[in-house]
This record gives sequence, structure tokens and C-alpha cells, in this order.
Amino acid sequence: MMRPDSPRTAAANPPVQPMETNLTERDLIRRSATSSLPPPERQLTEVAKLIDVSKCIGCKACQSACIEWNDTNPAIEENVGVYTNPHDLTADMYTLMRFTEWVNPETDNLEWLIRKDGCMHCSDPGCLKACPSPGAIVQYSNGIVDFVHENCIGCGYCVKGCPFNIPRISKVDHKAYKCTLCSDRVAVGQGPACAKACPTKAIVFGTKEDMKKHADERIADLKSRGYANAGLYDPPGVSGTHVMYVLHHNDKPHIYADLPDNPRISPVVETWKGVTKYVGLAFMGVAAAGSLLHGILGRPNRVTEEDEEAAEELVERKPEARV
Amino acid sequence: MTEAERIQPGDAIHIGPPLTVDRYGPAARANHWVTAASLILLAISGLALFTPSLFFLTDFFGGGQNTRMLHPWFGIVLFVSFFVFFFQLWRANLWTRTDFVWLSRIGDLIAGHEERLPELEKYNAGQKFVFWAMSGLILILIVSGVIIWDQYFADATAIGTKRIAILAHSVAAVLIICVFILHVYAGIWTRGTLRAMTRGSVTGGWAWRHHRKWLRKLAGQHRVGPAE
Repeated sequence: MMRPDSPRTAAANPPVQPMETNLTERDLIRRSATSSLPPPERQLTEVAKLIDVSKCIGCKACQSACIEWNDTNPAIEENVGVYTNPHDLTADMYTLMRFTEWVNPETDNLEWLIRKDGCMHCSDPGCLKACPSPGAIVQYSNGIVDFVHENCIGCGYCVKGCPFNIPRISKVDHKAYKCTLCSDRVAVGQGPACAKACPTKAIVFGTKEDMKKHADERIADLKSRGYANAGLYDPPGVSGTHVMYVLHHNDKPHIYADLPDNPRISPVVETWKGVTKYVGLAFMGVAAAGSLLHGILGRPNRVTEEDEEAAEELVERKPEARV
Repeated sequence: MTEAERIQPGDAIHIGPPLTVDRYGPAARANHWVTAASLILLAISGLALFTPSLFFLTDFFGGGQNTRMLHPWFGIVLFVSFFVFFFQLWRANLWTRTDFVWLSRIGDLIAGHEERLPELEKYNAGQKFVFWAMSGLILILIVSGVIIWDQYFADATAIGTKRIAILAHSVAAVLIICVFILHVYAGIWTRGTLRAMTRGSVTGGWAWRHHRKWLRKLAGQHRVGPAE
């Protein structure tokens, strides 16, 4: 059977034969701090993870699967009376169920909102734009944004570039960590570990096109059951994402533990990485070149013999000044 | 007499021959060079992270991780040494009315007619500009730098604050590098200046030509050291 360029589902069982990786340097469409990236030889089918918050039961199987596959050891923390555990994403916890108790003002019902937080794999990734280290952040033509740890310098610029507050810097090795969309699994035809572990199929994985179609069905179903504002969260401000949500209240994403309503790369970050860099380099270049040219062509300001004599005379004229 | 016109401790004439004038004591000079060295290290390591085309500069510090780790510490050294330096120099750098006149005729200076400019105390308007620009920019850089020093202060501020800090940090860094270039070039263009920061003294002629009021005052106020 012909192997598809990207896996179509997370449900498939792993192959029993060893496989070559299907994601290589040649599949990169963006590479941080790199201006001359050769265009990829092929275009992989775009993949996406779809998280249907209305089907999530908050079991945290996805978190466990993530920890297991990525072999991380999140610290055991204190229970402070909420289900969210650990309290935040960490360098050892790439995905986190965020629990919100929200009273719907229209129905006066308490709704328990559960959103699986993690990297959204933006088409226009702010982390990659901010990164100063060549090749520390890459984007594959299938949409996955990945951190390459041997190139990471731990500066934390990605943290400032990300519109979703996702990357975390490890206190142990000072490198940035986040969800990889299981790029190492996708490379060998497997879907992400979280999607595979999800017992209710709230997390599904496939081509971005298929996921949008599946979302349409889910949204139609939610609308038929009274959720008039149900919709797909695939924010255009970052040119769409490769992790998408089906939200029953898509008119107000912020109620889901501060999911940004209109995420985009911050204009401050754009200014820092854009005009500041070019104007700044021009300023410094002009100052340096101007000084050099003036040094070569201009006449230096030299002290003359007359100046020395005048100084002598001034001091001589005041004999009382001598000790 | 305004603060700017007060003679700084340690400034004195040596009859010679040759006639020399003490301008900076050993402590001020040592401080100046610590500040200079750390500013150069900061500029190189900072530019490496400022633009990918200069990322190769991280090699001088043992790679990107080390550059990221060292840069803030260079900043601490610079801040402390400049802080001391600031209190040694600030009085003599206060702005006076003469500075406006001098500045308005700066074209004559560049054209080689320094005699058309008013007589000056220890610092001219350009030197004062460098002093205050360095002071202000270093303050911006240390505050914004600590905000983005994630190794120790990651949790102290919100991401929105850090974004503004990193923008301010890079703009201030560009400006201070330009001021640094101006400072170094002015010192080279005005021949005989560098020895003020190496040997600590200038020739009588240099003082007469560039800071005549300062020289007159030293001569008039018996600030003459023993002949060497």
C-alpha cells in the first residue's frame, strides 16, 4: 500500500516494521533566524488536531499520554481546590486541561468549561518570528511548528512572541519546550499521543481539510441542540492554526480560560523584529561608516605649537600660582 | 559659581616641562575602562541576539547559550561601574548657558575654527551630551534588561510588559551604540584626548585649545602640582 505523506488519523495502530522518518530538513517552510531557506521539494498535506471541548470529560488521559510519549516528569504540586493540574503549562507539561466554572448569563446555568491548552501550531508562528537562533524553531510544510533543542539558546524570545502564552523555559537545561504535535509520531504515520488516548474522541487528528469537515458536522449538531454560537476556532489573525477547537460559545473564546478572542502576533513584537532591526542596523552602520570616512578624509583637530606656548605663557604669567 | 564651574578634585597643572594638566585620577580611569570593556562586550553579545546576520558573534562567548547567560552579567558590571563613574562626573556635566552658544557654532568646530567658539570649562556640550545620553540609556537598559532576564525574573512581570521591555531594550541599545561610536570618534578626532584616559593628563596646549576656562581657573586657583 502507498504510504500517505501525512497520517490521516490518530486511531491507526503503529507499524511493526521500522520506518524512515517522513519529516526532514527538506520539508521546512520556515526556519528561525534564517533568511535563505531553500524551498521545500514537496508540499505535505496539512494536518490538524481538532479539540471538541463539548465532548471533553476532563479525564486528563491526553495529559498522561503526553507525559508518557514525551517521557517528561512534571513535578507533583499542591492541590489548591481546582481540577487544573499542574497549575500551568511547564517545561515538562506540554498540554494542560484548563477548567473554568462559568455561569451562562442567558440560562443562569453553571457550565464547566474544559479546554485542553497547548501549542496551536500557528500558520504564522510568533515564536518563530521572535527567535534569534538559527534553526531553533522550524515549521514543516504540514503545518507543525517544532522546537529544535540543540539550537535553542534559552533566551525566552519565543515566550514573548507567542500570542497564546505557550512556550516554557526549562530551569534544568535552559531550553524552550512545548507541544510538538507529536512530530516524531507524525513523521512515521502516527497521530499525536493525546488524540490516540482520548476516550471520547474529543481530540481527533487528520488532514486540516478533514478536520474542518468533521468540525462542521459537530457544529451543526451543537447548533441543533441549542448552542447557537457554536463554531470553529481557527483564528485568522495568525493565518489559522493546526490545533483547532470546536467551541460551543465561539462568540466569546475568552471564557475558556482566557483563550484569546483575536490572537495575532503582538504589534510590539512586530515592531521589535521589523522596523527596529532594519532602522537600527542602518543607524549604527551610518554612524560607524560616517566616523570612518571622516577619519580618513577629514582633518583631525590637532593641538598646535601656538596652543602649547599660549598655555605656558598663561601659567608663567601667574608666578604666584607656583608652589 | 554654578556646580558645573567648580573645579573637580584631582585636577591640577604640572609645570613640567612639558606642561601637563591632570584630568582623570587612577580611580576614574580604571572605572572608565571597566565601563568601556563591558559596553563593548555587551554590544557584541547583544548584537548577536539582535539580528540573525550577526548571530555568529555568539561564537566569541562560547555559543548561544553562554551568550544568553553572560550578557546580563556584563550589564550588571557596566551598571555598577557607570554608577560610580556617574557620581564622579555629574557636577561638571551640568548644562550651562555657554553650552548653547558653543552648540550653535558647532559648524565652526568641525570646519577647524575652534577659536570662534566660547572658552569652556572641563566639558563641552558634546561631551555633556554623551554623558547624559549614556546615563539615561544605561538606566533604560538596566531596567528593561532585568525585566527580560528570564533566568531569574521570568515570573516577576507579565508577558505584555516583557514585550515592551524588549522593544525598549533594543531601541536603547541601538542608540547607545551610536553614542558610543560618537564618543570614540570624538576622542580620536580631537588629537591628544586619549592620553587623558590612559595617562590621566593632557598637554597644556590641549587644555588651552579645548577647555581654556578650565585651564585658566586651575592656573588662577593655585592648582599647580609639584614639577615632575
